[in-house]
Amino acid sequence: MNMGDINLSLLFASLIVAATPVLLAALGELIVEKTGVLNLGVEGMMIFGAITGFIATIETGSPWLGFLFSILGGISLAFIFAIVTQVFRANQVASGLALTLFGLGLSSLLGYSYTGIKPAAFPDMHVPYLSELPFLGIILFQHDPIIYFSIFAVFSVYLLFRNSRLGLILKAVGENHDSAHALGYNVILIRFLTILVGGAFAGLGGGYLSLVRVPQWTEGMTAGAGWIALALVVFASWQPFRLLVGAYIFGGVTLLQLNLQALGVEINVALLSMSPYLVTIAVLVFMSARRAKGSLEAPRSLGKTFFGL
Amino acid sequence: MKLFKVFVLTLSSIIMSCFAHADDMKVGFIYIGPPGDHGWNYQHDVGRKAVDEAFGEKVETVYQENVPESADAERVMTQMVLSGADMIFATSFGYMDPVLNVAKKFPNVKFEHATGYKTADNVSTYSARFYEGRSVIGHIAGNMTKSNTIGYVASFPIPEVVRGINSAYLAAKATNPNVEFKIIWIFTWYDPAKEADAAKTLIQQGADVIMQHVDSSAIMTVAEEAGVYAFGQASDMSAFGPNAHLTAIINGWGPYYVKRVQQAMDGTWKGGEQTFDGIGDGMVVIGNMSDKIPDSVKKEAQAIADGIASGKLHSFTGPVNKQDGSPWLAAGETADIGTLLGMNFYVEGIEGDIPQ
Repeated sequence: MNMGDINLSLLFASLIVAATPVLLAALGELIVEKTGVLNLGVEGMMIFGAITGFIATIETGSPWLGFLFSILGGISLAFIFAIVTQVFRANQVASGLALTLFGLGLSSLLGYSYTGIKPAAFPDMHVPYLSELPFLGIILFQHDPIIYFSIFAVFSVYLLFRNSRLGLILKAVGENHDSAHALGYNVILIRFLTILVGGAFAGLGGGYLSLVRVPQWTEGMTAGAGWIALALVVFASWQPFRLLVGAYIFGGVTLLQLNLQALGVEINVALLSMSPYLVTIAVLVFMSARRAKGSLEAPRSLGKTFFGL
Repeated sequence: MKLFKVFVLTLSSIIMSCFAHADDMKVGFIYIGPPGDHGWNYQHDVGRKAVDEAFGEKVETVYQENVPESADAERVMTQMVLSGADMIFATSFGYMDPVLNVAKKFPNVKFEHATGYKTADNVSTYSARFYEGRSVIGHIAGNMTKSNTIGYVASFPIPEVVRGINSAYLAAKATNPNVEFKIIWIFTWYDPAKEADAAKTLIQQGADVIMQHVDSSAIMTVAEEAGVYAFGQASDMSAFGPNAHLTAIINGWGPYYVKRVQQAMDGTWKGGEQTFDGIGDGMVVIGNMSDKIPDSVKKEAQAIADGIASGKLHSFTGPVNKQDGSPWLAAGETADIGTLLGMNFYVEGIEGDIPQ
C-alpha cells in the first residue's frame, strides 16, 4: 500500500463535484427553512429536476437548456407543495413526504424511454491564469460553471441573511410569523416564493447529478441525496458556510473511502462505507457545540402553518 | 410525446393481456434493474424476446423490472403465478431464497434461477462461465495497460464476482508480469453515481484499463471522458465509449431460454438441474474487438477464446497459489467445479482482502 497513490489535488477536485448536488439542494432547503417551512420533498424535487433536465438535454442537445429545465422541474414540484401547504394549509411533513414519493414515481414514468442514453457533455470552464496554479488550480479553477455558481450561491445566501433587509424579512417570517404578519408582511406570499426558490435549487442539484456527475439517467438515481441534504441543513444549524463544509466533508469522505479501498487498506469495507455519515455528523456536531446556544436553534416557526389573516 | 407513448404501451399491454388466454404457456421474467440498462438486464430481455420470436403465438412472456432482492421478489413472483405464469425465470443472484419459497407454494410451476446454487424439484439454476470471458479480456487488458495498473469495480463479494477477478488477474499476469489490480467493492449491482465515482477514483490512482462487474454503462462513459480503456459488461457498450471500449463480454441467454421453454412444453423439463455454460455453448460471447487493440493481441485473445470453447484451455490451470501463498492447483491441474462455484479467496498476487 502506498498513500502516495492518492492524488490529493484530484481528490479535492472530485470531492467538490461529488458534493455539489447535495450542496445545492441543501442550500435551497436552508432558505426555505429560514422562512419557517419544512419541505421534506427535497429528494422528490431533485430526482424530478434530474429527469426534466436530462430529457431537455437529450431533446435539444444543449446542457444549458437542460439545467434550465431541471430548475423548472424543481420549481414545478415545489409549486404543488406551495399550493398545498400555503393555500390549503395542509400539514408540511405529510405533504413533503408525499412530494418525494410523487417525484420518484413521476420521474420513473417520464424517464422510462431515456435509460441508456448519453447526454451532451457539459464543458468545464477553466478560469484563465488561476487554473494554471499548481495544486489550487486543479482543485478550484478547472470546474464547470455550475460548481462556481454553487459556491457563489453559498456566499450570496450568507450575505442575504447577514446584511440585507430582505434577509431580515425572511428571518422574521421564519422566527415568528404572527409578528411578521402584524408588521404588514405577506407571510403566505413570502413563503410561497421561497418554496419555489428552494425547488429551483433542488432541481438544479438533481440536474447536476444526471447531466454532469454520472452523466446518465437512472431510476431512483438520487439514491437518498435529498435526505442527506435535509440532514445537512440541521447539522449545519442553518448556516450557509457550515453547509458548505458539511457537504464537502461528506463528499470527501465518500471518495476517500473509495480511494482507500483501491489502495488495499485493510479496514472493513462496511465500516468505510458508513464513514461519510459518521464523520460528517461528528464534525458538524463538534462545530456547533462550540457556539453560543441562541444562534443554533431552528427558526421558531419551522413547520408551523400560518393561519393568521 | 414520450409520455404518450408509454401510456399507449401500457394500455395496449393491459388490453393484450385480457385477450391472451389462447396461449399455451405463459413465461414470466423478473429483472433486478430496468432492461434499458444496456447491461445485465438488457441481455435477459434480449433472451426473453428470443423466446417470443421462437414460439410466436404459443408462448406469452411477461416481465417485471426493478424487482428488489427481498420479500418484494416473492410478492412479484406470486403475483405472476396467480395471473397464470407456468414458468418463471428469476434473473439475479439475490432472488435465490424468494424463488425457493414461492416454488414450494406452487409445485406445478417451473422455476429457473440465474447464478444461484440452491435447487428444488421444480427449481433449476443456470449460470454462465463468465470467468472464461474474463480470461480473454484479462489478456487484452494486460497488453493494453501502460501504467500496469488495472482497475476493477466489483459489486458484491460473492463467488461469481471473485471468480471473475481471479480469472482476469491470472490472464493479465500471464501476459504482463508487472500488472497490478486495484479493486473497489461498491456493494450494489446498479448505482450509476457510485459506479462512476469508483471508476474515477481508480483512474486517479493510475489505472488506465477499467474492468467492471456491475450493471450500468456509467463506467464506460467515465472511461471515455478520461481517455482510458474499459470493457463492456454483459452487453456491447461501445455506444457509450467509442474510443474507450475494447471489447465486451456479452451474455447470450436466448438459446438457453428457448431450450428450456421448449422442454417445458414437451414435458421433458426437469427441476434440480444446474446448468453452467461458457463460451463453447454460446452463453458467453466475446464482442467485437476494437481497432485500438493491436492485431497480434487480437489473435492471441481469439486463440484463448477458441481454446476455452474447445475445452483445450481452462481459465484456472495450475500452478496457481492462493493469496496467502498456499498451493491451490498443481502444475497442469484445472479447477474443479465445486471450488469454482464456492470461490471465496483471491489467487496469489492480488492485494487486499475480500470483504466479508
